[in-house]
Amino acid sequence: MAGDPPLIRLRGVTRLYGQGAAEVRALDGVDLDIARGEFVAIMGPSGSGKSTAMNVIGCLDRPTSGQYLFEGVEIAGLDRDQRALLRRNYLGFIFQGYNLLPRTSALDNVELPLIYKGMPRAERIARALEALEMVGLKGREHHDPSQLSGGQQQRVAIARALAGDPRVLLADEPTGNLDTRRSVEIMDLLVSLRRQRELTIVMVTHEDDMAAYADRIIWMVDGRIDSERRNGKVA
Amino acid sequence: MLWETARLALRAILRNALRSFLTVLGIVIGVASVIAMVTVGQGSQAQVTADVAKLGTNILMLRPGGRGMAPGPGGGASVARPFDLRMVARLEHGLDEIETAAPVSNGTATVVAGGENYRTQITATDARYLEAANWPLVAGRNFTEAEARSGAAACILGETVRREIFGGLDPIGQSLRLEAMSCKVIGLLAAKGASSFGSDQDDVVLMPIRTFQRRIAGNDDVGTVYIRVADGVATEDAAVAITYLMREIRRIGPEEEDDFDVIDMKQLASMLTQITGVLSGLLAAVAAVSLLVGGIGIMNIMLVSVTERTREIGIRLAVGAQARQVLMQFLVEAIVLSLMGGVLGIVLGLGLAAVAARFMAIPFTPDPAVVLLAFAFSALVGVIFGFFPARAAARLDPIEALRHE
Repeated sequence: MAGDPPLIRLRGVTRLYGQGAAEVRALDGVDLDIARGEFVAIMGPSGSGKSTAMNVIGCLDRPTSGQYLFEGVEIAGLDRDQRALLRRNYLGFIFQGYNLLPRTSALDNVELPLIYKGMPRAERIARALEALEMVGLKGREHHDPSQLSGGQQQRVAIARALAGDPRVLLADEPTGNLDTRRSVEIMDLLVSLRRQRELTIVMVTHEDDMAAYADRIIWMVDGRIDSERRNGKVA
Repeated sequence: MLWETARLALRAILRNALRSFLTVLGIVIGVASVIAMVTVGQGSQAQVTADVAKLGTNILMLRPGGRGMAPGPGGGASVARPFDLRMVARLEHGLDEIETAAPVSNGTATVVAGGENYRTQITATDARYLEAANWPLVAGRNFTEAEARSGAAACILGETVRREIFGGLDPIGQSLRLEAMSCKVIGLLAAKGASSFGSDQDDVVLMPIRTFQRRIAGNDDVGTVYIRVADGVATEDAAVAITYLMREIRRIGPEEEDDFDVIDMKQLASMLTQITGVLSGLLAAVAAVSLLVGGIGIMNIMLVSVTERTREIGIRLAVGAQARQVLMQFLVEAIVLSLMGGVLGIVLGLGLAAVAARFMAIPFTPDPAVVLLAFAFSALVGVIFGFFPARAAARLDPIEALRHE
């Protein structure tokens, strides 16, 4: 593995918001490598740029300057639609607020990314059912989000993120809305899925307990990487 | 993908069924009024054409009047000289182009019989009128030549008059009073229904014109002459010949204008068709404005929908939807919405037209081309008024959209 380029490589990535006096440096020259299969947690106080880092890595946002290599390919200059294609084919997202479509069944929610992949309907349904079974929601395929608990909703979101078979799972405070027991269940699920699927996970969190599941913890302050710590546990 | 998008759009619309219905109500009303107007308009045009065909296209109408005879500013100083029966006879025998010339005078009179009392139209004419007007009797008989010539007190009733005066009784052979004269009922006309303009054609009593002149009008005047042109003669040529002869009969000098009008029923028909066409076109234009308003309603609600569903759009963008796909989704939704409105409007409009046709006694003639056009137009409304909100949705920033409450 040593000779391979890292899956994700950021070099001098800067993201500016606003102009002139109101200019905000959300990211200020970030250098970061994430290896294939690695589980990285990004921590930091609010306003430290951890969410912006996540958005840039997740191709929801683009750096103002700097390099972003994904599997060795420069992608910092991609336009909106090209970034959409990258998200569609290589990335999966889960959010603190779950972000499921309301009044839409679990199955339909999980199918959503597959629709944009242009997968035929029968295959889509099969894949979505499989993904729901994988997160332990077999039998709840036709429930609406409003009929599911928070932990179950986050499982649907995980199924949706993984249905398209992405390389990287981006998780933004995935346990922020859950109690400790549900949080642990979700983290255990993520860790086991990561093992099964050789998934790379990038997670933003402010909870030390959750960050402890990661291989490496990155601490951000004022748009820069302040420190890095490797966890003793080997995944 | 398009089918998939349409399916999703349909689902989104049905999720908010009541709001969707209220949204398309403008389109429904617009399309329904256009369809109803145009269908009724075409029906009445067909009716006019049929009426004229029934009357015959070889009929000319001759009336006192003429271009120089319009009432001047000083009042009725320039009333045209009336026609009389001698003139009609001279005209009929003086021209080969004329097959028959039937004199007709119209008036109103109160009919009294057995305590019933009814005011109706009088059509005073001679024995050839029924044939000329192509109007059959359902009972009794026509005037004889002798009755017509001598001015006998005989009359033929229209269906409405029969119903008002005699109810269920057989009127043939009964007597009734027309103003100051007593008159024997000899025939009953077949019911015709309403005319193109909605007047009841059966509300009439026929009597010999001499009787009318002597006993009711108190003069020798003839109101109109219905001329049936001989076979093989163009009505235009006959009209020219009639004009020449009439000028001679009425001794009109070369410098003077005609003091009569020759009216070609064919021209009258095309004029009527034109008028009804213009009228229904005008009404359809007004209805089209309501379509525009309906379109704005759709745009409004789609904009609200884009705002409400900002987070949904964010989610779609996050899982890899491209701007074009979000645009398509909202555009298709607007189109499906307005097409549903269009279909509802078509059904409603045809229903209204069918009911109106029945009440107006005109044929119900739905035109597939108009229906198709309305369908296409409502799709167009969806495209035009859906585009702006759809573009607004497609331009959303995924991060902003995901954060939206």
